Amino acid sequence: MKHQHVAVVGAAETTEMGVIPNLTELQLHADAALNALADAGLTAADIDGIACAGVAPDVLASYLGVTPTWIDGTHIGGSSFILHVRHAMVAIQAGHCKTVIITHGESGRSAVGAAGFPEFFAGRLGGEFEVPYGGNIPPTMFTIPALRYLKEFDLTIEDLAQVAVAQRKWAALNPRATFKDPITIDDVLNSKMIAYPFTLLMCCLRTDGGGALILTSADRAKDFSQPPVYILGTGESCEGPMISQMEDYTTSRAFRVAGEIAFAEAGIERDDVDHVMIYDAFAHVPLYGLEDLGFCKPGEAAGFIRDGHTSLGGKLPTNTNGGGLSYMHSGMYGMYAMQESVRQIRGLAPAQVPGAKISVALGIGGMFSVSGTIIFGNELP
Amino acid sequence: MSKNFSERLLPRPSPESQHFWDGTKEGELRLQRCGDCGKSYFPPRPFCPFCSSRNVLVYPASGQATLYSYVINHLPTPGFDGPHAVAVVTLEEGPRMMTNIVDCEQTPDTLVLDMPLEVTFERQNDDITLPLFKPAS
Ligand SMILES: [Zn+2]
Repeated sequence: MKHQHVAVVGAAETTEMGVIPNLTELQLHADAALNALADAGLTAADIDGIACAGVAPDVLASYLGVTPTWIDGTHIGGSSFILHVRHAMVAIQAGHCKTVIITHGESGRSAVGAAGFPEFFAGRLGGEFEVPYGGNIPPTMFTIPALRYLKEFDLTIEDLAQVAVAQRKWAALNPRATFKDPITIDDVLNSKMIAYPFTLLMCCLRTDGGGALILTSADRAKDFSQPPVYILGTGESCEGPMISQMEDYTTSRAFRVAGEIAFAEAGIERDDVDHVMIYDAFAHVPLYGLEDLGFCKPGEAAGFIRDGHTSLGGKLPTNTNGGGLSYMHSGMYGMYAMQESVRQIRGLAPAQVPGAKISVALGIGGMFSVSGTIIFGNELP
Repeated sequence: MSKNFSERLLPRPSPESQHFWDGTKEGELRLQRCGDCGKSYFPPRPFCPFCSSRNVLVYPASGQATLYSYVINHLPTPGFDGPHAVAVVTLEEGPRMMTNIVDCEQTPDTLVLDMPLEVTFERQNDDITLPLFKPAS
């Protein structure tokens, strides 16, 4: 059975981005929500579905003044919001609600009224079998597969460093990016060592911020002031939170599964894609993302980036906001990846890809643990 | 017992994992194996993650392993003095586990992927002994 499509009709980030010491985490959600409502020309009274992570959805609903008939508090880390979009799409198709708001807000740097990180990133078993050895924070967990990846594909640390260089070039075009100054591979390699082979400039920022999306059915979407951004395909999967138990350090099963079903649902080929966002908590992740989504063969993503294909004028502009490495990263970055996809499809991005019609956003929860993929487009299939 | 930043964060055994920590205290690295499909697995649980069978047994692993991947952590970490490898090893029996590599320099030149390793046990207190790995003799 073919369901009616769903579209994004409101999208916005928090008014400020970066360091926001005067707002609590709850208010960052609300600030983004109010901006997205204004973008859509709605108020909270028009919303009947709500989803968020970090703050509980009932907390946010009462704070905003929303009376929902559909609630999703799926909280699987950084790609929670990508999964929310997928779940909301089905809820709208099923008639459980008509207009959904999905919010993210995180006081990742200033820690004002912040939920903070869990005691153990990888759950109780991670606390027992990883934390005692120093696998207790993302820089010493997410990063572990990289040396195996480099060895298997005969790559070097310079291949990791150039990912950060390429993204900084995009950030230079984004007035809201935290870091805009150009950097070289040597700058990256000579920055402070965090966890070899990862230096500081290969690791994401910690900032404050938020974002919100408003979704409704495609037939209602036509009546909004913003051009609809249609959801063409979606996927989600998980592998597991313990990095030591990831089955293959050269490829993410969660990425592959979530990506494959999203492309199948959209009914498009990789060549049809104009723009990509890949969650980049650390510099190796875009390499996995480009390969596991099928844009590059295994081991070829570094060369693809080196040859300029993900940069300005390239055939697959990637992480055009500057990414988690240079734009912002509040802790759960998935919302910002989707915001940039929506801006690109609306034609309003600071570093606009000319004529972008289809954009793919790949999100991660945990360290290669959960994945969500959304394919956005400016036309119905 | 109060914790301070200089102490390593130690595991808190559960009913499902107590056999593992009893084993390390006795100088034994214990894995589990399925009585139906025959596969070994880790971390501990009282059923097989490959075929859902509850017919599983605990057995001593050989302690032989190879270095799968690692980072050398330069950030201050409780219980560690200076840069140290946070490593994942592949046990001879198949499962992988996180550990630290000891009795060798913590440098990329010394820590070579696929190098053979063997388990060594480091007592932390009366309850916990950690399985660490060193270059195979
Ligand atoms: Zn079995």
